Amino acid sequence: MLVADNISKKFSGVTALDNVCLQLHEGKVNAIIGENGAGKSTLMKILSGVYTEYEGRIIYKGETVRFKNTKDAQSKGIAIIHQELNLVPHLSVAENIFLGSEVTTPIGLLDKKQMREATKELLNRLKLDVNPDTQIGKLKVGQQQVVEIAKALLHNAGVIIMDEPTSAIGDKEVKVLFDIIAGLKQEGKVIVYISHKLDELFAIADRYNVLRDGRFIESGEMKGISHDRLIQKMVGREIVFNSKRNLLGEAKVLLSVNNVSLNKDSERDKKLLKGISFTLNKGEVLGIFGLMGAGRTELLETIFGLHAKNATGSIIVDNKEYRFSSPSQAIREGIALVPEDRKKDGLVLGLDVKQNICITTLDRMQRMGVLDSGREASLAEMYIGRLHIKTSSAKQLAKNLSGGNQQKIVLAKWLATAPKVLMLDEPTRGIDIHAKTEIYKLISQLAGEGMGIIVVSSEMPEILAVADRILVMCEGIITAELSAEDATEDKLLIKAIPKTI
Amino acid sequence: MDAAITKLNYRQYLARFQSLIALFVLCVLISLLSDKFLTVTNAWNVMRQISVNICISVGMTLVVLTAGIDLSVGSILALCGAITAGLLKNGIELPSSNLYVGFTVLGACVAGIIAGSLLGMFNGWTITRFKVPPFVATLAMLTIARGLTMLWTKGFPITGLGRKFSFLGTGWFLGIPLPVWISGVVVVAAMIITNKTRLGRYIYAIGGNENAARLSGININYIKVAVYTIAGVLAAVGGLIITSRLDAAQPNAGTGYELDSIAAVVIGGTSLSGGRGSIMGTVLGALIIGVLNNGLVLLNVSPFWQQVVKGLVILAAVIVDKVNSKNE
Repeated sequence: MLVADNISKKFSGVTALDNVCLQLHEGKVNAIIGENGAGKSTLMKILSGVYTEYEGRIIYKGETVRFKNTKDAQSKGIAIIHQELNLVPHLSVAENIFLGSEVTTPIGLLDKKQMREATKELLNRLKLDVNPDTQIGKLKVGQQQVVEIAKALLHNAGVIIMDEPTSAIGDKEVKVLFDIIAGLKQEGKVIVYISHKLDELFAIADRYNVLRDGRFIESGEMKGISHDRLIQKMVGREIVFNSKRNLLGEAKVLLSVNNVSLNKDSERDKKLLKGISFTLNKGEVLGIFGLMGAGRTELLETIFGLHAKNATGSIIVDNKEYRFSSPSQAIREGIALVPEDRKKDGLVLGLDVKQNICITTLDRMQRMGVLDSGREASLAEMYIGRLHIKTSSAKQLAKNLSGGNQQKIVLAKWLATAPKVLMLDEPTRGIDIHAKTEIYKLISQLAGEGMGIIVVSSEMPEILAVADRILVMCEGIITAELSAEDATEDKLLIKAIPKTI
Repeated sequence: MDAAITKLNYRQYLARFQSLIALFVLCVLISLLSDKFLTVTNAWNVMRQISVNICISVGMTLVVLTAGIDLSVGSILALCGAITAGLLKNGIELPSSNLYVGFTVLGACVAGIIAGSLLGMFNGWTITRFKVPPFVATLAMLTIARGLTMLWTKGFPITGLGRKFSFLGTGWFLGIPLPVWISGVVVVAAMIITNKTRLGRYIYAIGGNENAARLSGININYIKVAVYTIAGVLAAVGGLIITSRLDAAQPNAGTGYELDSIAAVVIGGTSLSGGRGSIMGTVLGALIIGVLNNGLVLLNVSPFWQQVVKGLVILAAVIVDKVNSKNE
């Protein structure tokens, strides 16, 4: 059993954890739940030796332990899989898995063969079909996460902490992961599982531990508690969301996508998208569902002009036909893209909230070639108010905000361009329930004002909740189109799974 | 809580003004050790000496803010200085077609600056069009421009450029040396660019997160070419000042200047990984190096030791910066 005893942690005067006590049981999946900013990640970083300065004690196997660093924690049997992936893009899958614990031959050279074999075995266990020599950077986010999991499995840890392990992986991998977790449970390991997806917790977790505002609230068996009670404990209030709204009277086509194909950059003959056509109406929320590798992200990126060199086909916005050229062209056509990975593609973390929000509309912020900070500030303040962005001021650096608020900044900078078509790629990935609900409401409201919205998501409940119409993608083609009323999780999944022979 | 915030601000305050404090301490120390340091003549001396480095370092700061680097500034400085000097002295002569074009001082200076902008643009073009890493692209330009300088000067200094031209490097205006005026204008312009214009904001955005900048519709290549072009122009300006002050274009002028300017940028707190830093910081960095050089000479420290001390100061500046950003 791993016990956190009266742990407190402050960051430059701000309390992140306040006398938290937790008991994490062996042979069980211990869920840690709470909104973002509740202190889950901080606590996990203390348990895994990332933060070494804190008050209180950690007791593992009856002994008080104090880790010097993550490697120390790892050697004592505590492994953590971070939400933000810790992989070296230029190294291969095998090199990443064995990073820091390389196997050597008797004369001290790297035993690449053995590491490659062991990697193959681990990847087989996780049913990830990639070559151990593939560069990590060439894998999709979802596949990279599976490699992270493999890395922790390699160390055969007694305690495995998983911070949002399913936030970026498809349903197939989630099922595999759950099978693995069940296996590890039987071996008597302590599994610590952090997730915002409550359905997932009811499927996998044995015990829950709720944190709120840096304090421990309650723990107990998952069996005895309902979905709604759990949410109430997390946020301290009930949350209701109903996205269904009345559609605008007559459907008016806003965007047509015509026969879009995309070749892979490296292999010219391999197609990532094959002849995709669809339309988006004014005031409509179009959901696009697909498993990892279905080409969802690539489709949005192509429409946004990011793959101009390798793409064919065209789009029609407001009766004008456009070929793909560049993001700036797409922005002029009234298209906006909120990307999947906000830290990598969405924000400049070192710039402040105001500068991030205004970055897409600086041409409107000038007076005689010089930026007008008053105009910038008023635009930023408007969106901070409208989207309820929680920040100490518009001059706070983007990196100091929580995931949900960062996502709102990315939304704000695109709303500032007054887009006709707003494309959202996994808009609620890794953000808490409260912020999620706010974003759903916003999507609904924007569609009500006549914006056309495309939501790509790998979370079926999300798609079902927000979309008026759903496209299912599989291996670069659209396999089904369903109205919101007809769609069920089963129907979506059947069309999303590749039919391999 | 309140106390914690005040303490934090106090610390950030210290971190923010660390270069200013370092400069002040340095000045006090040297003035205690030498009575020649704290004189008006010496102050103008220092300012005039660092004006070239300031011009180059301002350009370097812009480049480094985009997470790039420009190693070619020293060579571009030499080539542009030599082009200006050559045109001024000999004009363009084409005996075959019986053509001779003479240059006024202004014409020759403009030609030198245009040459600098073209060389910088070429840097930007290879970096953006062919994705050559900035380090390699500008390293190549360092050699190319130096070679061209040797070809243009045939390896000998071009001297005797006339009083009008030498006014640029040695003259005074309103009680302030002309090179100081020039570097001052450069600094003010660059501060406006970085803080007040789209170009400046885009420079920070590209250095902070190139992906996010591209997805925001920013034309990354255009901005990068602009930045390297500016660096080239400012190197050329430095070349004009130095050529004018010495009344000679030396073929090996500016050797190693890229290192001095990188040092000024780094001491000024600009991050080599881009996105963080300021022009004011670089100016202070250049001042620290200038005062240090000047002080060590006044104190009769051997030139060999001067290099050691300079290196240690660069190291110390970066370490202090690291420790501070860790505390944030």
